[in-house]
Amino acid sequence: MAVYNIKQAKPAPIKNSGIIYWMKENLFSTPVDIIQSLIVISFLIWSITGFLDWAVFNATFSGSIKTDAVGTGANWIFIKEKIGMFTYGFYPENQLYRINIVFSLFFVTVILFKYVANTLKQRIFIFLAYPVISFFLISGGYFGLETVSTDKWGGLLLTLVIASVGITLSIPFGIMLAFGRQSKLPIIKNLSVLYIEFIRAVPLITMLFMGSVLLPLFFQEGVELDKLLRALIVITMVESAFISEAVRGGLQAITRGQYEAADSLGLGYWQKMILVILPQALKVAIPNIVGISIELFKDTSLVMIIGLFDLLSMVHLTSNDSNWLGMETEGYVFVTFVYFIFCYGMSKYSMILEDRFNTNNR
Amino acid sequence: MSILNNKLFRDIVSQLIVVIGLVFFIWTITSNLQHNVDSRGITTGFDFFAHTAGFGISESPIFYDDESTYFRAFLVGVSNTLIVSAVGIFFATIIGLIVGIARLSKNFIVSKLALAYIEFFRNIPLLLQILFWYNVVLATLPNPRGSIELIFNSFLNNRGLYVPKALFENGFLIIFIAIILAIIISIFISKRAKHKFEETGKETTVYPAILAVMIGLPLLAYNLSGGGLSFDNPHLQGFNFKGGMNFSPEFLALSFALSVYTASLIAEAIRSGIESVPTGQKEAAASLGLNSFKSLKLVVLPQAIRIAVPPIIGQYLNLIKNSSLATAIGYPDIVTVFSGTVLNQTGQAIEIIAVTMGVYLTISLSVSVLLNIVNKKLEIKGR
Repeated sequence: MAVYNIKQAKPAPIKNSGIIYWMKENLFSTPVDIIQSLIVISFLIWSITGFLDWAVFNATFSGSIKTDAVGTGANWIFIKEKIGMFTYGFYPENQLYRINIVFSLFFVTVILFKYVANTLKQRIFIFLAYPVISFFLISGGYFGLETVSTDKWGGLLLTLVIASVGITLSIPFGIMLAFGRQSKLPIIKNLSVLYIEFIRAVPLITMLFMGSVLLPLFFQEGVELDKLLRALIVITMVESAFISEAVRGGLQAITRGQYEAADSLGLGYWQKMILVILPQALKVAIPNIVGISIELFKDTSLVMIIGLFDLLSMVHLTSNDSNWLGMETEGYVFVTFVYFIFCYGMSKYSMILEDRFNTNNR
Repeated sequence: MSILNNKLFRDIVSQLIVVIGLVFFIWTITSNLQHNVDSRGITTGFDFFAHTAGFGISESPIFYDDESTYFRAFLVGVSNTLIVSAVGIFFATIIGLIVGIARLSKNFIVSKLALAYIEFFRNIPLLLQILFWYNVVLATLPNPRGSIELIFNSFLNNRGLYVPKALFENGFLIIFIAIILAIIISIFISKRAKHKFEETGKETTVYPAILAVMIGLPLLAYNLSGGGLSFDNPHLQGFNFKGGMNFSPEFLALSFALSVYTASLIAEAIRSGIESVPTGQKEAAASLGLNSFKSLKLVVLPQAIRIAVPPIIGQYLNLIKNSSLATAIGYPDIVTVFSGTVLNQTGQAIEIIAVTMGVYLTISLSVSVLLNIVNKKLEIKGR
């Protein structure tokens, strides 16, 4: 006769969810882990509380002159009072509405581009119309608008102008250079390679120096080149070379079969490149192009060295105001924040684009 | 078929058009240049190199004074560029390696801190970082009298960092030979251990032996030679420090910002290199019974390095180019000294810009030659 032994019930499985389990698994699993976590956590507490004390708890937010500051922390009155300088530079105050229209038109353009325009033609039209309208609004001189010379442009406005002109112009030039580098014609190919490699080897700052010192010598006597225009020419020259390398990466990802298929359909060189190859190549290259655009956005700060008043140079300029001496820290922190928002936003956007264009893994 | 449809004809004509356009462009530019140079009375040629420069340079690794020539000033600029780049590359690699590995840590908070470091520093203009360290952090340090005392008799104040200077005496030769000897012996030990492993499959732990040799031999030589090495410690005299070695605030701000910024990009390269190794490789290593350290050293890293090294060398090149931002804070690198002061004094813009670009072109070409050699070395060896 069989004997039945009652087995003890098994213990409940170890809970593998919830915050305690998560912390055990991810923060305190081994002794080394525990030490690392504790060091990092104490560093974070020390640095974050230190920063918050300075930036929030001991900071001054209200007031209108420097001596209104009450705490030992940051004096944000400075930023509040100088926000106009940081955004518009020396742009005449009664004309600021024009810049505001340009800024708000940007959002209108994005909405039109994304939701209203249906055909490619409409999109290209909107894409081209915005910069033209913006140019007339900012510089004036037509339609009864007062002319504002470029030395009055400054701050974030100038940074955005340089970045957007640089990006928009260098994309077509970059594509042409990439075509040139991939071309079978030896002269065109070697000239493109020479140009791209030369530009990529030389620091932007020496190119900007060249622009401000040498460029005027290259033109006929009497041709006055605007300082901003010189910077824009140089930046477009440089960025085209970088963009072309990104586009080349995309072109190399296209299989030979695509070229052969286009050839067998009887398409000419330009039809083949523009209708068949380029759309596929750009799909691959766009994340890198956005990456280069971020680099360009950061590099616009170099124009400060050749004497243009971009966002970064505003820190120096505003904190040299005799009413606001010694406010550099606040200025730098604020400008850091603005640059970070733009660059980080663009890099996140490029990740979204990468996902959207990633049609191969569907 | 008309000749217009002939491919060869079209190729030749389109290239001819480009060449003619280019020649016309260059001809216009040079004739304008010639005209402008003549009408403004700008002297040309490279004679100015031999003239006396007559301006001071705040720091120079080679001998330089007011009597020196422009060529000497040029050399000072080039060597300062190379020094700050070398220091930047050294520290950027170390920080980048630490952050890159921390990014892959299983510890949640360590990896997120590394991510925050990477995202923060690479999304802010380098020039802003340099100016921040220079104008905000270093400028607000106390004056020499209230210097912050660091370890090893070093002092930090608003005039820079003062560290003890190593003075080499005759006995130092013995120590130097001992160090060389220690390196040779270490290589020998590890070679023999590897040989033994390949012969018998038995492993020997070589690290204690190598460590003993590397520390022991120089220490022994130091004691035998009666101390060929002494230190000149910086000390406060009047309002400033005397003795020791001084690193200027410009140098500190520039090298620090360059290292911190480039480290964030190197860390990304290292991370993507390690992540590019398929999981199957790690699983295969584990199923062969390798522990996690060995699987990293023998399986993952050799494959990760192949992916990570080319972008890292590219970042080194970027760092060298970015060192030209020195001109914003007045560190006497090639751009500040040569394209700045020398250009203002001589007014010979064409020659000076061309020479400056030539220097950077030479550096870039050397780096790409190096990159090609490295790529050859890392290439998967075909059988």
